[in-house]
Amino acid sequence: MRPYSYVRAQDVAGAVATLAEAPNAAFLAGGTNLVDLMKLGIETPDILVDVRRLTSERIEDLEDGGLRIGAAVPNSVLAADRKVRTRYPALSQALLAGASGQLRNVATTGGNLLQRTRCVYFYDTTTPCNKREPGSGCSAIEGHNKNHAVLGTSEQCVATHPSDMAVALVALEAFVNVQGPDGERRIPIEELHRLPGDEPQRDTTLEHGELITSVDLPPLAFSSNSKYRKVRERASYAFALVSVAAALDVKDGVVRDVRIALGGVAHKPWRATNAEEALRDEPATRENFRAAADIELEDAQPLRDNAFKVPLVRNVITRTLLELSEER
Amino acid sequence: MDAEIILKVDGTEYQFVADTRTTLLDALRERLGKTSPKKGCDHGQCGACTVLLDGKRANSCLALAAAYDGSEVVTAEGLAENGDLHPMQRAFVEHDGYQCGYCTPGQIVSAVGMLEEAEAGWPSHVTEDLNVEEIILDDGEIRERMSGNLCRCAAYANIVPAIREVSGR
Repeated sequence: MRPYSYVRAQDVAGAVATLAEAPNAAFLAGGTNLVDLMKLGIETPDILVDVRRLTSERIEDLEDGGLRIGAAVPNSVLAADRKVRTRYPALSQALLAGASGQLRNVATTGGNLLQRTRCVYFYDTTTPCNKREPGSGCSAIEGHNKNHAVLGTSEQCVATHPSDMAVALVALEAFVNVQGPDGERRIPIEELHRLPGDEPQRDTTLEHGELITSVDLPPLAFSSNSKYRKVRERASYAFALVSVAAALDVKDGVVRDVRIALGGVAHKPWRATNAEEALRDEPATRENFRAAADIELEDAQPLRDNAFKVPLVRNVITRTLLELSEER
Repeated sequence: MDAEIILKVDGTEYQFVADTRTTLLDALRERLGKTSPKKGCDHGQCGACTVLLDGKRANSCLALAAAYDGSEVVTAEGLAENGDLHPMQRAFVEHDGYQCGYCTPGQIVSAVGMLEEAEAGWPSHVTEDLNVEEIILDDGEIRERMSGNLCRCAAYANIVPAIREVSGR
């Protein structure tokens, strides 16, 4: 590991100010991804600013009926929270479908959002990777790309975002509260992560020095009828091949409203707005769910090894929405 | 860069100076002579390094020692009290829950932490009703909750009954 200075800031403003002055400094929270990347020489910060004890570890009710999740809330605590389980079950399920018990105890809400791709070439410093070393090329496009993206890819990068939690948060239309050198801002979570384009080294729209302080869940009326379904190659402790987070509002057999987000298919959690639009005010039937999924997948561009993801996503969307209609 | 670190490990307080790159696992093993947490993968994938960190099971290989200055750590060694094996340790012996034994301290600490999580009503990926009040630890639940601990000898068939026996007490 490259030597670095370890700094514990007094407060959020101090941490942000330290980073703002140091272009190669990084925030450290749970460290379950960052420390690993540092061991491998993929992340090489000069200064580590420990923010684990600076942001809130509480889950609080908001006046509008939503919930505010402090950035330091561990994944395990968030998954087990009674309010989250009842009001936002897709979020609990997504968290429980990710990582291991040990990791969930340490990994934080803010850190989970900022974890980096598990593309094998990103992790292998002997191979070209535009995300790790801009301009070096993408080894996955012609390489082993079974786990890679089928939507929103670029010629620079076909990596996927690894978070389960983020997929659920996108379906639940969460907001991310951020403090940076220029003050605070509130970002719809859909706008936090980005597609690779010509800058695959940038996973998010955050500027250097911006720190996630909390995540807000809005009081979506039908979020209690939500679900996360993940397909992976092992029964436990594996990243998603594909995953679906959905929330559904059905009355008299007709879809009043729906939210769908996909994991394992793109550089960011993929909000399936085309499928959502196709389903509004339509009968909640298997045929319509399938047709809506197909509309979303029209632009899919599978690689050599991952064409299976397209029918898999279609089936998982259909099955998830069917279950949500039956449970209503 | 060095950092001054205070850790309470298995009931004893230690104060030492270490490079800021030192992981908690290396600090325990190389600096404090606490060798029950093992270095398996060193990437948080195998669970051999599991300790109770401020009461919660965690991978000590992914924790920077400097970041946990002032924390309390319990290793498998510290689970035994006054020379008496912890019930989980005894159950692993009675059920032959190991072959080579390398993953065993991590398995045992993880199992102890896991039982507390279940006791607190935390659901898992395989818990059918997310809103259930009381967690029933059947084999499926135990296997899911212990998936962060790998056993290359595949002693799982004996590890699961060992944990189940303690959970039933």
